[in-house]
Amino acid sequence: MTYAAKNLTTDGRELIAFRVGDQEFCVNVMSVREIRGWTPATLMPHAPAYMLGIINLRGAVLPIVDLSARLGMKPAEPTVRHVIIVAQVKNQVVGLLVDAVSDILTITDDKIQPTPDVISSEFERSFARGVLAIEGRLICLIELQSVFPQEEREAA
Amino acid sequence: MDMNEIKEIFFQECEEQLAELESGLLKLNDGDRDPETVNAVFRAVHSIKGGAGAFGLDDLVSFAHVFETTLDCVRSNRLDPGPEVLKVMLKSADVLADLTNAARDGGSVDEARSRQLIKELEALANGEVLQASAVAEPVVKAAPAVAAPVVNDEGFQPVAFSFDDFEADEPALMEMPTYEIVFKPKSDLYAKGNEATLLLRDLSRLGDMSIHCDMDALPTLDRLSPESAYFSWKVSLKTDKGEDAIRTVFEFAEWDCDLEVSLVSDDAAAPSEELPMQPVPFDLSILDDEPAVSVGVIEEEEQLAAQQAIRDAAVSAAGTASNVLQMAQSATRTPAEKSAGAAASAAAQSAAAQQAAASAATPTIRVDLDRVDRLINLVGELVINQAMLSQSVIENDANGTSSINMGLEELQQLTREIQDSVMAIRAQPVKPVFQRMSRIVREIADMTGKSVRLITEGENTEVDKTVIDKLAEPLTHMIRNAVDHGLETPEKRLAAGKSAEGTVRLTAKHRSGRIVIELADDGAGINREKVRQKAIDNDLIAADANLSDEEIDNLIFHAGFSTADKISDISGRGVGMDVVKRSIQALGGRINISSKPGHGSVFIMSLPLTLAVLDGMVVTVANQTLVVPLTAIVETLQPEAAAIHSFGSNQRLISIRNSFCPLVDVGRILNFRASQANPVEGVALLVESEGGGQRALMVDAIQGQRQVVIKSLEANYTHVPGIAAATILGDGRVALILDVDTIVAASRGQSLKPEMSLAAAG
Repeated sequence: MTYAAKNLTTDGRELIAFRVGDQEFCVNVMSVREIRGWTPATLMPHAPAYMLGIINLRGAVLPIVDLSARLGMKPAEPTVRHVIIVAQVKNQVVGLLVDAVSDILTITDDKIQPTPDVISSEFERSFARGVLAIEGRLICLIELQSVFPQEEREAA
Repeated sequence: MDMNEIKEIFFQECEEQLAELESGLLKLNDGDRDPETVNAVFRAVHSIKGGAGAFGLDDLVSFAHVFETTLDCVRSNRLDPGPEVLKVMLKSADVLADLTNAARDGGSVDEARSRQLIKELEALANGEVLQASAVAEPVVKAAPAVAAPVVNDEGFQPVAFSFDDFEADEPALMEMPTYEIVFKPKSDLYAKGNEATLLLRDLSRLGDMSIHCDMDALPTLDRLSPESAYFSWKVSLKTDKGEDAIRTVFEFAEWDCDLEVSLVSDDAAAPSEELPMQPVPFDLSILDDEPAVSVGVIEEEEQLAAQQAIRDAAVSAAGTASNVLQMAQSATRTPAEKSAGAAASAAAQSAAAQQAAASAATPTIRVDLDRVDRLINLVGELVINQAMLSQSVIENDANGTSSINMGLEELQQLTREIQDSVMAIRAQPVKPVFQRMSRIVREIADMTGKSVRLITEGENTEVDKTVIDKLAEPLTHMIRNAVDHGLETPEKRLAAGKSAEGTVRLTAKHRSGRIVIELADDGAGINREKVRQKAIDNDLIAADANLSDEEIDNLIFHAGFSTADKISDISGRGVGMDVVKRSIQALGGRINISSKPGHGSVFIMSLPLTLAVLDGMVVTVANQTLVVPLTAIVETLQPEAAAIHSFGSNQRLISIRNSFCPLVDVGRILNFRASQANPVEGVALLVESEGGGQRALMVDAIQGQRQVVIKSLEANYTHVPGIAAATILGDGRVALILDVDTIVAASRGQSLKPEMSLAAAG
């Protein structure tokens, strides 16, 4: 059974969970194209701090975003142990630098709890779609399109 | 497939037909009298008219119709395509192109111009029709026909025979000429949805008609193929509408049938040779009964009929093959055709035609450009991947004799070959652009009252489609300049001992992996004194500057020369050569001029064959690798401490041969480092940018010179000011390609940081 068929038939969704700093996040597996190791990126001039630069993904130019810095946490210091999640965001492909990918979760929508309103930042609230409690862990489901809102990209 | 798609295909075909039309007319203009050329021209207009009719494009149809009528006179040898006639026809071709564009993109057409041309075309056609139908029409009108200026030389000298005698001899025939029409449909005619019955019914509306159906070809039932055509018809029609009206009935069936239309006024011996079927006794008896008319008339008639027969034979023989031939001629580039273009001799032409016919078997396909681009991208990746593989093998394998190295070398050759052949798919001959130029030349020549001949050579030289698309604009400017400023007026030319007609020669050729386009005129050349004076007046050079002739010639590319009336008296038409130079440079090209006073000027452009790769200088700035387009770099130098001068608060100038040039620290502009680097430790790249200003770009070191594959940054990221694109180096790392123009602009104090809003938002 293919992923797509599984998604359709079991009425659930598959998520990729990963670790950034000491927190866990997950995104929809359908938007993830591949996962690869860290390679040094070429610096971009005048780029925002979370933009680590660009790398070569089989001939295409792939911008790398430090998800930690983007989500308002401590900027990452990339090492060979870091991984890049290559994800499709709208019609562009971006690489997300994360500490590690932990596992793939299959969940149904009712397992997703609303984001607790302790989060004060408007921005953090916009990308957090909800939280999951899996085996005692707290995993925050994030919406990639909100992490890279289109209007900001266009303004850039 | 919806209507719009079909329409799009029609317009695509229109473009091809228009190109065919123009090249055919130009061939005729060069003295080619090959009936096939005339037919090709006629077919082009005819097809456009047919398609336009289907889409209800009335303007296009009505103009094409008039054009076609006139061309038909040429085709049937009733109008000699002399220079005057062709001038009108070439203009008509231009208007037809305008109308086609207007029909596709909206927009307006110069209506006065098209009306004027319709009149001219009609005059040509009518002048001729009078002449041709003079046999059938009595007297008076014959006089102006004889006087008509368009009728000249070969074959159609007005004959001074007496119409009165003729009229007296055969009054009944005058009133209602009888035509004999032999109509033999091919199976294609039915396959295309035409119907013989309907055609014959239309024919019957023209006059009094009798039809004889010939069923001799009908096989026995067991051999009968239900989709073949076996019947043919012989029609004898009494009408005063003329032969044109008859042919109009068969207009859309003409290529799919054998059609003979002849006037039954003599013994009709000539056409019968060409008849595909046995004459029928009934018709013959009519013919036999015709009394002989005066000898002069018979000769005239026979000549007409013979020409007609030859033409029809040519049409029917070439009919089906000619479409293929036409495609082959436009699609293939045979050496013979090249020589034919230059020599325009009949022998070379027929050789070209034969060769084209031979290569007509080579099928061509239309492919979506996206698919080709995707293939090119993939091959680009393959090349990079191969380079990376080679590099890592070399790094890990010091003794380079292993079989891996041999295999890698073969792989490298293969990838290079694949890259070349993929690039060749995108390559197109420059012919369409060159053809457009002949129109520009005509228009400017008309406007300036000069007589100009454009000679194009090497129009089958191939170059990447994107380069072709971007070539048209600068080339147009240069052609305008060449005709407007380069060539003298006919009077001045005659006074200088040259022919009144100026020559502009446009040549394309391949040279060491680039395409070289030369534009030469045989005008007066550059007036160096005037240019020099102008440069001094505009403070471009010092009054006592010692410049070589070449340096003076190249001054015209300077921005200070950007308006026309500074050099020529004709204002409003001139386009700054600095604009031309900039657009050539934007294509990664170079432009040079050489001029001989009294003998004309030659502009030489050298362009890359593709925009997918770029020659760049790989440099290091603040530990980052950058690529600077080679075309922007004038020279590189190692600055000495004594040559660096501080200026103002934080500006620095470098003195190069007694002139000062601002130093631009690339690392600082791109924000790669916080403070300015010490120039003495780096290398300065002297670049020339938009606006003509020179700047010295400071980089830390030069790594080397390399051809790089251009990769888009915008696809997955966003445009970055100061960066033109990205590329991938042999080690697999991405390197940024510098946008020299914006870097220089930023050094003038303009902001390079519009995207900081993103950082702020984050």
